[in-house]
Amino acid sequence: MAGLLLGGFYAAVSLGVSLIFGLLDIANIAQPAFLIAGSYAAYVANSAYGFDPILVGIALTPLFYVIGAGVYRVYYATFERRGDEALRGLVFFFGLLFIIEVSLSMRFGVDYRMAQAGYVGKSIDLGGGVGVAYRYLVPCLVGLAMTLALYLFLGRTFYGRAIMAVSQDQGALRLMGANPVHIKTIAFGIGIAAASLAGALLITIAPVIPSTDRDYIGRMFAITVLGGMGSIGGTLVAAVILGVAESLMATFIGPSWAQAVSFGILLLALAVRPAGLFGR
Amino acid sequence: MSQLWKRPLTWALVAAMTLSVMLAGAGVFTASAQNPIKIGFGMALTGGLSANGKPALLAVQIWKDDVNKKGGLLGRPVELVFYDDQTNPSTVPNIYTKLLDVDKVDLIISGYGTNLIAPLMPIAIERKLTVIGMFGLANNEKYQYPNYFQIQPAGPDPQTSTAIGFFELAARQNPKPQTVALVGADAEYPQNAMVGARELVKKFGFKIVYDKNYPQSTVDYTPIVRAIKATNPDIVFVASYPPDSVGMLRATQEVGLSPKIYGGGMVGLQFTSVMQSMGPMLNGVVNYDFWAPESTMLAMPGIKEFLKDYQSRAEKAGVDPLGYYLPPYSYALMQVLGQAVEGSKGLDQQKIADYIRANEFSTVVGKVKFGKNGEWAKGRTLMVQYQKIRPMANEKETIEQFRGPGKKVVLYPDELKSGAIVYPYSAAKN
Repeated sequence: MAGLLLGGFYAAVSLGVSLIFGLLDIANIAQPAFLIAGSYAAYVANSAYGFDPILVGIALTPLFYVIGAGVYRVYYATFERRGDEALRGLVFFFGLLFIIEVSLSMRFGVDYRMAQAGYVGKSIDLGGGVGVAYRYLVPCLVGLAMTLALYLFLGRTFYGRAIMAVSQDQGALRLMGANPVHIKTIAFGIGIAAASLAGALLITIAPVIPSTDRDYIGRMFAITVLGGMGSIGGTLVAAVILGVAESLMATFIGPSWAQAVSFGILLLALAVRPAGLFGR
Repeated sequence: MSQLWKRPLTWALVAAMTLSVMLAGAGVFTASAQNPIKIGFGMALTGGLSANGKPALLAVQIWKDDVNKKGGLLGRPVELVFYDDQTNPSTVPNIYTKLLDVDKVDLIISGYGTNLIAPLMPIAIERKLTVIGMFGLANNEKYQYPNYFQIQPAGPDPQTSTAIGFFELAARQNPKPQTVALVGADAEYPQNAMVGARELVKKFGFKIVYDKNYPQSTVDYTPIVRAIKATNPDIVFVASYPPDSVGMLRATQEVGLSPKIYGGGMVGLQFTSVMQSMGPMLNGVVNYDFWAPESTMLAMPGIKEFLKDYQSRAEKAGVDPLGYYLPPYSYALMQVLGQAVEGSKGLDQQKIADYIRANEFSTVVGKVKFGKNGEWAKGRTLMVQYQKIRPMANEKETIEQFRGPGKKVVLYPDELKSGAIVYPYSAAKN
């Protein structure tokens, strides 16, 4: 049960990667830094004005969308247009990761920050020793809603289909009269906005410091790859698999094995199905 | 280029520069008539430990001001020379080499924390310096360097020092609890504490029913707490770092784990910022600490004046507003050094060390006597219990309730006891 909830949260964390890395093929390793930036944004609004961190997270998504779109424009102008994207692009995002992390620690210091909400520390008892903590339930529900929203967006709307198209064949898209750079900017912005909202979920679950992002780099990319590059449904399934595996191991075998096993699952899955569970 | 040297203006410039260098030199000579005693150190002012390094620096500066107000040491004013070590051990050798060779400091102290003291040890040993460490765990175990001293009151046996009070308190309760769950993070300090805890469990005749480690990157602690709950232990000992302390405590509340006594070695609960955000969830937890604003601790000479000074300056410096963890000990460290300089009547490193070894010091944290490996001769890690913490509406109000006594009651050691334990754990929660 706890694993399912954790899975919902992991899905929220990984959606942005799935979109940017999976569909656009941009190895944005600064993604977890935006996650933490989202956490701090929620923290500021929460501690100063007492707003609910998750509502703040939702309210701030347009801002992060704009930031994300801006980042992509810079990246496009300096790297992608020149065809340098693979290695140098990685360096660009690596630098961005450090800049965000260091700026956060200069502005907020290195103390652990937490958010307060009415439901933190409370839980519903389902009987039989199984309970559900609101601290996990709320992020899980938001994560599921995000997954559903993104799934519908990509499948049903013009821009969503254009994003899918850009990942398949940019040239063809151009022939159809759509500008792939414009489409990619939108997708990148959405990816960053998703990360910032997931950051707001994160700070309701656990305390955050600027370097927390490093704990999530591995998980984010593992889930994306396991789910199949760019598959939104696959991301959710992979996130739940990882969450449940971590949780079961921690309860029954020993917490120190939890992460080894989830990454073991990743290796195994890749050996059997190199494209990921739902890869195309 | 050769044209340049023929111009009179160039020569005038060179002459002016030479003159100013000579004047500056003369300035040094006139200053040496005053001849301040220079104390040098590196301190974590940025990076991972800066949240504690900055308050420590403020405490040292307060000591300097206090001493200079009273006429300095040996009749000479005291001056501090310090650099930011960025919480990065690799900066430490350069900082101290510069302090000793370029700045020509007379005395040194260490920066804050075990990892920043470690790279200082070889330098101190090679140059035969006397050095007092600020909160280092077992830094001198390997070297057994006689002129090293350490101000954290862990005592001669650091491995069991964290947990001893916890298990002794548990053993005193009636009826005596029987079963123990041990859980700790996969990291150096928690693992040391776990080794010590296992030793103590054996000594007091408890039975271990759960003994596991978890990786620090764990996000969800409820499965761990649920597994502990399934073993139904009387005692839960947790050795954790700040993020996992918070995670464990929240999960304990959510899962409804309710042993008879809970806590022990949780790092982070001492910090003002964590206490503020955890609030009433802390109630009932019995945990190690070094200082609490309780009557027994405030009875020590000079501590009230120090804290008043600290708290009035902390806001301006933007550091921990209460200063109840490290600052009193940082100030005490300087008191020991100051008293040793006065007592040995000079700045001879060896004589200062001999004096520190031979004498007992009266400080704001009480009487300090050093023993084996330069640690306190007798350990004095406190066990405190969080009691009667109320939920508060805003941040400022929450700090206020931790300023005074009654929230962190000292239970151990007996001579500093300031109140009674609320037992079992669940009784303190409401």
